[in-house]
Amino acid sequence: MARAVTTQRKALNTALAWGIGLMIFFPILWTILTSFKSEAQAIANPPIFLGFDWTLENYGVVMERSNYARFLINSVIIAGGSTILGILVAVPAAWSMAFVPSKRTKDILLWMLSTKMLPAVGVLYPIYLLCIQLGVLDNRLALVVILMLINLPIIVWMLYTYFREIPGEILEAARMDGASLKSEILYVLTPMAIPGIASTLLLNFILAWNEAFWTLNLTSVDAAPLTAFIASYSSPEGLFFAKLSAASTMAIAPILILGWFSQKQLVRGLTFGAVK
Amino acid sequence: MGRITLDKVTKRFGDVEVIPPLDLEINDGEFVVFVGPSGCGKSTLLRLIAGLEDVTAGEITIDGTAASDLPPAKRGLAMVFQSYALYPHMSVRKNIAFPMKMAGMPQDEQNRRIEAAATALNLTDYLDRRPGQLSGGQRQRVAIGRAIVREPSAFLFDEPLSNLDAALRHGMRLEISELHKRLDTTMIYVTHDQVEAMTMADKIVVLQAGVIEQIGSPLDLYRAPCNLFVAGFIGSPTMNLLTGQEASKRNAHTVGIRPEHVDISTTEGAWKGKVGVAEHLGSDTFLHIHAEGLSLETLTVRVGGEYAVKRGDTVWLTPQEENIHKFDANGLRIE
Repeated sequence: MARAVTTQRKALNTALAWGIGLMIFFPILWTILTSFKSEAQAIANPPIFLGFDWTLENYGVVMERSNYARFLINSVIIAGGSTILGILVAVPAAWSMAFVPSKRTKDILLWMLSTKMLPAVGVLYPIYLLCIQLGVLDNRLALVVILMLINLPIIVWMLYTYFREIPGEILEAARMDGASLKSEILYVLTPMAIPGIASTLLLNFILAWNEAFWTLNLTSVDAAPLTAFIASYSSPEGLFFAKLSAASTMAIAPILILGWFSQKQLVRGLTFGAVK
Repeated sequence: MGRITLDKVTKRFGDVEVIPPLDLEINDGEFVVFVGPSGCGKSTLLRLIAGLEDVTAGEITIDGTAASDLPPAKRGLAMVFQSYALYPHMSVRKNIAFPMKMAGMPQDEQNRRIEAAATALNLTDYLDRRPGQLSGGQRQRVAIGRAIVREPSAFLFDEPLSNLDAALRHGMRLEISELHKRLDTTMIYVTHDQVEAMTMADKIVVLQAGVIEQIGSPLDLYRAPCNLFVAGFIGSPTMNLLTGQEASKRNAHTVGIRPEHVDISTTEGAWKGKVGVAEHLGSDTFLHIHAEGLSLETLTVRVGGEYAVKRGDTVWLTPQEENIHKFDANGLRIE
């Protein structure tokens, strides 16, 4: 009897999870579907779900009108560069916070996180002016640095959480074995934290890829990534939903595929500590 | 060489003085055991010697070199941790090789030493496994292997056997003693287990609250504990401590008598008592006796072999006068 209830409950939970999952995924699915419609069918009322005339025309137009490859390369450089740079800065920072904490470590961690609570637009003006002064507006390297700084609190927090799970005695053993600080981090800490570092890399790559506020405000042509590519189909083109959807699908496809293949790693990374 | 001198070594964590100024001398080749209840500062003292903690004041000298400001790697010491602290992502071979790799030793010399250590520690068949695939005893042997290949001037052991089960602990105890005889290198061993201390040490350092209570050979401590703390700590089961009439009769504030130094009879003796719990081990019998007219409610008595008494039986006890320890009001030994 009890078993039957549990099975029923399990089924209910599964259905609920699928329901929520589909709800979250629906906008993306709708975008993808719309990208294959004609402009007229895209704004049809009532909306057409699947019974439309599938066409690749929008993709053709988008490819013809914009240099997709250039935007893609910029996205890869900006998201990849800022993530790698962030990890390089965050590993030593998280090491010191996890293994040689001071009285203020907790405060510093919270203070870092608090910068994420500030609306980004609050610092747009000073950063914009700084970029002009330094002559790095619409510059990929500048965006790498800015996005790195913006995601740094999250990178440090994640790595800090992973590192805390590593027994300090193992690092002390390395020190006794004659390892310098560099060797300790390189040969002992990092290999042990590889799963954590990998999830952090992935998550931050996705965050940086999707980041739209700074990439839109600080770039125009040379450094414009895929977010700008999407945006270029929204404002000037008005109501051309199908083309906008095609551009969006092309922009999110690489990250969607990456996320799909690494979902195991991502879920493991995000629930780390909670399940242990 | 492995001569270690501690001169007024002090450690404070914030306002808490964990180790008040402490002097200690450890001679080359000695097996020294730091023993004491948990929180007595024995592990902290070991970590100070290792360099994993900084001394607040005082000087640690290793083989004549001031070492207080040297990083752990430069002190020439090797340490075996309670949790083994093996590198989980490396094979046993790489674990053992790690200190040599850090020292930049030539590859063939590394291999030679790994083979030698593996043979000595029965690890030859496990060299390519990861620590996760080994049993507790094997892991501890890898940790020891990693320590010996460096040929350190001294080994530091931080409660290395506490994670092992009783049978394995006994075996490892013998192995470590054997290793000490063979290598003839200084070893400093921290434990809260007085049996480990008694069986392995050349010299025992009894610590309480960061203060050295007594230093001596195991039998020195057993025969002549210098105060009540050491008297109560060394020996198993613990010494019976009596105050009141029995003490004043012998011109002392407290007298102590070990369980094995009380004679027992069913017919006559100095003290009359009733048997409480009787622990029959076969080789020994431990009797907990409720004696009349003593300051101690339960007296522990050890009788060799089997002794057929049961709960509630009346027995007579007589302490062996020559084995009675006397202490004054401050708890210090009276000779």
